[in-house]
Parts: sequence; C-alpha cells; structure tokens
Amino acid sequence: MKPFEIHRITRAQQLDAYCELLGQKFFGHTVLGNAALLGVSGLMLPGAFQKEKFRIIFKESMTSIQTVNIEAPAKVKRQRLLSTFMWLGIAALMVWAFFGTEISLAKLLQGVGESWKLLFGTSDKPNSGFIPPNFSRFPEYLEQILLTVKMAMWGTALAIVPAIGLSILGAKNTSPHPVVYFITRRVLDLLRAVPEFVLALVFVVAVGLGPFPGILALAVYTTGILAKLFSEGIETVDAGQIEAVRAAGGNAFQAFTHGVFPQVLPHVASMTLYRFESNVRAAQVLGLVGAGGIGFFLNEALRGFDFPAAGAIISLIIVSVFFVDFLSSKIRERLT
Amino acid sequence: MIRLEQVSHQYANGTLALQNLNLEFGGQHFTALIGPSGAGKSTLMRVLNGLVRPSNGKVWLENTEITKASDAVVRLERRKIGMVFQQFNLIRRLTALENVLIGRLGFMGTLRSSFKAYSRADRELAMRMLERVGMADQAWQRADTLSGGQQQRVGIARALAQQPKLILADEPISALDPKSSEQVMELLLEIQQQDSIAVLVNLHHLDAVRDYAKRVVGLRAGQVVFDGRADQLDDDAARALYYGENDTAETASDALNLERPVVSMPISVPGSSAVITNQFTINSYTHDPAGLSNSRSKKEWK
Ligand SMILES: Nc1ncnc2c1ncn2[C@@H]1O[C@H](COP(=O)(O)OP(=O)(O)OP(=O)(O)O)[C@@H](O)[C@H]1O
Ligand SMILES: [Mg+2]
Repeated sequence: MKPFEIHRITRAQQLDAYCELLGQKFFGHTVLGNAALLGVSGLMLPGAFQKEKFRIIFKESMTSIQTVNIEAPAKVKRQRLLSTFMWLGIAALMVWAFFGTEISLAKLLQGVGESWKLLFGTSDKPNSGFIPPNFSRFPEYLEQILLTVKMAMWGTALAIVPAIGLSILGAKNTSPHPVVYFITRRVLDLLRAVPEFVLALVFVVAVGLGPFPGILALAVYTTGILAKLFSEGIETVDAGQIEAVRAAGGNAFQAFTHGVFPQVLPHVASMTLYRFESNVRAAQVLGLVGAGGIGFFLNEALRGFDFPAAGAIISLIIVSVFFVDFLSSKIRERLT
Repeated sequence: MIRLEQVSHQYANGTLALQNLNLEFGGQHFTALIGPSGAGKSTLMRVLNGLVRPSNGKVWLENTEITKASDAVVRLERRKIGMVFQQFNLIRRLTALENVLIGRLGFMGTLRSSFKAYSRADRELAMRMLERVGMADQAWQRADTLSGGQQQRVGIARALAQQPKLILADEPISALDPKSSEQVMELLLEIQQQDSIAVLVNLHHLDAVRDYAKRVVGLRAGQVVFDGRADQLDDDAARALYYGENDTAETASDALNLERPVVSMPISVPGSSAVITNQFTINSYTHDPAGLSNSRSKKEWK
C-alpha cells in the first residue's frame, strides 16, 4: 500500500476542507474565546467574514454530494477550550498590568511638546538641545565607543567556556543527574536575575573604576544567558549521533566533543554573536555606574546639561550599534 | 565470540523486552535477526554491545562477562563490536573521513581526541576503509551532503575502522532504496567472508534474509522462536513468527488480503483540486514484512 495517495476531489469537497482549515485557524475558539480574542485584537473580523462567505458557497455546492462530518473530535475541542482559557488568562493579566502603570494617552499628547524642547532646544536658547549635536570632541568619543565594543568582546568571550560547561550540566539529555540539572538551572537563573549594573557596582568596588569591572559584570551575566541558550540547543540534538560515538567505544567526554558539540556548534556561534550585539548595548549602560566606556561620557554630558554633546554621543552609539549588528548578522547568516 | 546466558531485560517502564535468551553469535557467521516490530531485536543488539545492561543473565564477550563489569571495561570491550544504524547516525556536520575516524575514538586518549589529533596510522586506516566501501572520492565531503546509501556505506566504514570482531547492523537497509540496499547487503556479506568478521543483521526483508544470511534467529515477544539455517525458514515458519503460532494460516492470509482499516487525513491545497491523503494502516505494517502476500513478487525489494 502506498503511504501517500493523491486523487481528485470535487470543488465542494475542496471547499469543505478549506472551510475546516479556516474554521481551525480563525474560528476554532468558542464564542467566549473569540470574544476575548476580539478584545485583544480586532483582527478576527475579516476571518469571520470570510468564513461566512465560504459557508454560503459551500452550502450551495453541497446539493450534489453526500454530507461529510466536519465536527471536531472531543480531544480537539478540549484543546480549543484550553487555548480559549489561555487567551482569557492573558487578557486578564494585561488588564491587571494596566493598573498602576499610569498609562494615559492624554498625558502623552499634552507633554509631547515639552520633549520637543529637549530635542531641539528653545528659540531663546539655540543649540541647547540634542539636535544639532556637537561633535567637537569626536576623537575622544570614537575612542570610548571602541572601548565599549572591546568591553563587549571580552565580556562575551570570557563567558563562552563557563557557559558551555554549565550548559552540559543544565541540559536534560547531558546532565549527569536530575539533581545536578536542577541546581544548575537555579544557578543560571540567579546569574541572570541580578541586573548587569548591580554586578558592575560590585566589581567596581572590587577592582576599582574603569572598563575591567564592566567586562566582569558582562561576563557573569552573559554566562547565565548563554548557558541557558546553549543547553536548549543541546536538548534538541539527535540522540542517534551520540549513540554512534558511544557504540564505537567513545567515553562520555568524547560523546560530547564528537557527538553533541558538532551538532550545536552553529547554534552556539550564532547565540554568542547575538549576545555580543546585546552586550555592546549593555556596555554603554554600564558606563553610567563608572564601569568605563562611552556610557561614562554620556552620563557626564547629561548631568552637566550639555545636551548637544549628549546628542553627538547618542548618534555615534546608534551608528556603532547599527554597524556591529550588521556585521554580526552577516556572520550569523553564514553559519550552518 | 559473544554468548548470552539466561538473559532477560525489563525496561524501567515495565516492558519486558527480552526473556531468558540463550544465544551464541560468532564463528564468523552471517546471521539475520528477524521478528515483528517490538519483538526486542534492537534491545538485543544494545545488550550485545553493552549499551543496555540486561536486568538478568550474563553476557560473555569472548572471555569477559560484561553485565557486571565496570563502565570503563564495557567501553573497552565495546570496541570489538562495530554498529551500523538504520538512520546511519553519522555526525552530519563532519566530513565522511572524520566520521570514519569516530571508529578510532575508543583507541585514543580523551585529550588527543578533543583536538582531533588523530594519528597518521588512524587516518590512513580510515581512508582505506572508505576505499573499501567505495567512498574514497567523497572523503572530504560533509556527511549531510551524501545520499542515504552513501551515508550507510560511510557508517559501515566507521564500524570497520574499529577493526571489530563482530558487526551489529540494526535495520541497515530500511531507509534505503532497493539498489542501495543491495549494495549495503553485498558489502556486509563481503566483509563477513573476506575479513572473517561475524555479522548480525536485523532485517525486515525476508528475501534479503534468504539471499544473504546463513543462520536466522527469529524473535517474538522477547523470546527465540526460530533458530536455524536460512533455508529452513519456509513460509509457514515465517507466518508463525510474524502472526503467531495460534493464528491459522487462513486468518493470517485473511489479514493480508483484506483491506485494512485506514485512517486518513485530507489536506486540501487551496486553489488546486488535489487532496493529499496521508494514510496509516492500523495494523502497523505499511509494507509486507514477510513477503507473504501473493500480489508481490518476491524479489521486489531489490
Ligand atoms: N528505552 C525504552 N524504554 C522502554 N521501553 C522500551 C525502550 N526501548 C524499547 N522498548 C520496548 O521494548 C520492546 C522491544 O523494543 P525493540 O526496540 O527492541 O523492538 P524491535 O524488535 O527492535 O522492533 P522494531 O522492529 O520496530 O525496531 C518494545 O515493546 C518497546 O516498546
Ligand atoms: Mg528496532
């Protein structure tokens, strides 16, 4: 018997199947679920409209052929109900999150004019806003931007080896024991839970001001993130390739270096580059707590109300982030 | 060279996969292991190379009893057994040559192997094995760019690189087209005859069994129900193996000839009038494992 069979069907059958498809995609939810969905976004309307149209065409063409059962089985219905509850839950959470955040469109519209003044300065005091920027200290800024990128490079690089080690312990399929897995996961949560600038403060106290404490802060935080991302990569590897290494007499370490690692290498490289991009941005914030780099200068300019200088720094930051992201995404594209 | 003594295995979830097996393989035979799905064939192979420790019984690999041995000892003993897989299990991103060198890992120090510092002798051996299976031209090609048949031949070269005494092949041709299947089976036969390496192949194609195997071991529900020369495996024996002793010949052939219930799921393609129906037969076989159906020619698998 052939596993696949292709045969012609009538237009009506095709429409029926299409309706079923639409039904699942757009209208699979109960009335309540759809109400919640409509509340979240108004996007469901065209779907509902189309479905109705198809129903009519479908009914017209039904006269000639026998009816088919398009009632979804109980299991599917249960899943739909579950997903309805999930959406309702999300909607409720969003409502809950609204209170206390002081979201107000009116306030925004009233206040927009004020930030305009900050951006461009007022007419009585020209050149007091971010724009036009003041590039008179450009060489210094460039040096600091490069220093920031250097911090990101080392902050990322120092994280790679510990992250790989932790990811092996923190991936379900390579962890030596469930307890080790659990503890590793909690340690990773901890590394990521402490904000980078708090870490930076701690290291500033330890090793003094400058880029080095910034690098250490980035490395610790990045270890937590990369280890989590790597372990997720490890959990998706093909077990057969690991078994092949073991069957050939390879030990546990070799099963990792020759069975797991080649499989996760593209993922590891791509995630590392991605974190590098983020770390270039993070390194700028770290300057604010005295951990070196361009952030330090930006903080200085803002505190001295030297907005044109701040404008120059920010535009340089934008260019550098743009440049780094472009380069790194080009490299990531080539990884397979 | 390998002997099972009263071996039983129960998986952690309670499945009794093997029951009281007393078997011996070796003597440079070409043995086929057959039996219905779930009979325990793959489990038996994993017990033989020590990847699964049986819950009861003893496994003698030459003079070593491996069920009670330490992990390190089992690992060293395992090098004597090459394994060939249904899904090839090549490291997809490595070259064919590097994959064959995996077969040498068990003979190297961990540190050396992590730097891929294979010795010259190992690299030469690997290349010779690729030549042996007719894949020398593709030595530097990445494994995932090879066809299924080519990948399986690299898989065999990897097993050969261990210079094993026994090769276990778990459904080596199930994922291959007829021509590649034949190449792989010929290769395994040639290896068994020329290098005097015992070969144990788990097969679902009875025609291949009859064409290549000398001895046939039939498993059913974890027990040996047939152990004899391949020419002793007639249609009745095969039927009993796959459909059970209690089934009369009549009900067995009924099951073969009758239209089996089919679960189908139509997928419509908008804008075209074709529906692709994905069909699964409920009775688990989509092919005719025993080759018993009259409508098929016996040599069709080739
Ligand atoms: N890791 C496992 N954990 C629990 N049960 C398992 C495991 N592996 C196999 N089994 C069960 O053990 C029995 C024997 O499985 P095995 O894979 O050895 O069969 P097989 O003869 O190789 O079948 P097939 O021809 O389909 O490959 C089956 O019932 C299977 O469900
Ligand atoms: Mg199997």
